[in-house]
Amino acid sequence: METLRFILNNLPMIGERTVEHISIVSVAVGIAILVGVPTGIAITRSQRIADTVLYLGSIVMTIPSIALFGVLIPVLSKIGQGIGYLPAVIAAMLYALLPIVRNTYTAIRNLDPALRSAAIGMGMSQSQRLLRVEIPIAMPVIIAGVRIAVVINIGVTAIAAYIGAGGLGTFITRGISQTDVRQLLTGALTLALLAIVADYSLMYLQRRLAPKGMEARP
Amino acid sequence: MIRLDNLTKVFATGQGGVASVSGVTLEVPAGATCVLLGPSGCGKTTTLRMINRLVAPTSGKIYIDGKDTDTVDPVALRRTIGYVIQQIGLFPNMTVAQNIGVVPTLLGWDAGRTRKRAEELLAMLALDPVEFMQRYPGELSGGQAQRVGVARALAADPPVLLMDEPFGAVDPVNREVIQDEFLRMQKSLRKTVLFVSHDIDEAVKMADFIAIFRAGKLEQFAPPDEMLARPANEFVAGFVGTDRTLKRLRRIHVAEVMIASDAQAVDGAPVVRTTDDLRRVAALFLEHGVDSLACVDEGGRAVGRVTRDGVAARLRAA
Repeated sequence: METLRFILNNLPMIGERTVEHISIVSVAVGIAILVGVPTGIAITRSQRIADTVLYLGSIVMTIPSIALFGVLIPVLSKIGQGIGYLPAVIAAMLYALLPIVRNTYTAIRNLDPALRSAAIGMGMSQSQRLLRVEIPIAMPVIIAGVRIAVVINIGVTAIAAYIGAGGLGTFITRGISQTDVRQLLTGALTLALLAIVADYSLMYLQRRLAPKGMEARP
Repeated sequence: MIRLDNLTKVFATGQGGVASVSGVTLEVPAGATCVLLGPSGCGKTTTLRMINRLVAPTSGKIYIDGKDTDTVDPVALRRTIGYVIQQIGLFPNMTVAQNIGVVPTLLGWDAGRTRKRAEELLAMLALDPVEFMQRYPGELSGGQAQRVGVARALAADPPVLLMDEPFGAVDPVNREVIQDEFLRMQKSLRKTVLFVSHDIDEAVKMADFIAIFRAGKLEQFAPPDEMLARPANEFVAGFVGTDRTLKRLRRIHVAEVMIASDAQAVDGAPVVRTTDDLRRVAALFLEHGVDSLACVDEGGRAVGRVTRDGVAARLRAA
């Protein structure tokens, strides 16, 4: 009851922090898409490079986010950005890369070889093959990677509140330091809600972007 | 016209090079269908894929209509060569119309012309354009998909068609039907066709020339009748089978061995048409214990007789 009153009294602030949160996640995922999708496509050409890249990606995923922020502070301090928005975006972007690269790579690799054979045999150039055949068919799997990245990033960004990046995690850090259950619950609830809404919207997008004629496939 | 001149492909392996195709030389005249035949791993598919440069030859030349294909950009070359594969490879994200329109679109045809061409080809392949243009490959049966595959290869009216076991994945009943449709179409289109198969019956039915391969080498290149009558060596004889004379009968029509006469057939006795092949004649000879059959033309008029001696003389003649 008290939490509800707190929420109703602080709606503008909740809105503001939600916007901060979404801004960090979307900038990070946006950069990760721009870097990750071409990387995922490029590494399909060499098994060895692919293995290396995916291995490096998995290593990044095993680093706890709080440790990653710790590492970024001394590095970014050199340009006066040790804490705040920039390290938050960089860390979130690093976590978003692996699911996007891996899904893109897998989707393109698993394409029916007959399709590639047919496309080359009919005289498609490499870019025509990618744009007309390979990427459209791989799209649902690529978006699935983005979905995973977004959900991970909503969590990572919550922790970024510790390094002063703002966002919904601030309610939780303050809630802990001030032993204020209202703020704790507000942060937890809004974060959960944001993750669910983001996941469902991306699932909708995944279905919309599936090429027609392929919806029936699992 | 397609000419292969000493075509060779050596694949590098851990234990050195392995010749998949060695020194193949042959010439297929324009408008003819040549079936590349042989057991699996004999180099027939590699030979085919060298023609549209999906595989780069190690040495040797390929000429299409007299032009050395080394001098043409591979991507441009492939747009002038129709390509059909056993797995069909229709793009699942495109409708039937879009699939057929792939090469025309690459060549910069406008949408109206591409669409008209797709409708024309579907009709030619016995698929109703109204029903099929907007379907997706996932909504087609195997036989329908393979027809669309052939339509797609023919879309930009290429002079040369490469077909890699095109009807191999279709069930036997449908395969006969599609083969017949293809033969009928080829009669008017007169494409230069190279067709990979491992099925001697299919080869005898479709080919103007058969090229038999073994272990990367061309063993014999000849019209089906000649190959069945005079196999060049033991391997070819074994591959075409001990019933090769029976297979020849399929390619010879009554009109070729008929003795013209206007004698009427005896009522109730079996008759053959001038367009029937000799398999039917032989079957009737055996079934009815006769040595001679009356022949009728398309309108059912008696035009001559076909005799056991006439058939035997034709089989000896080749």
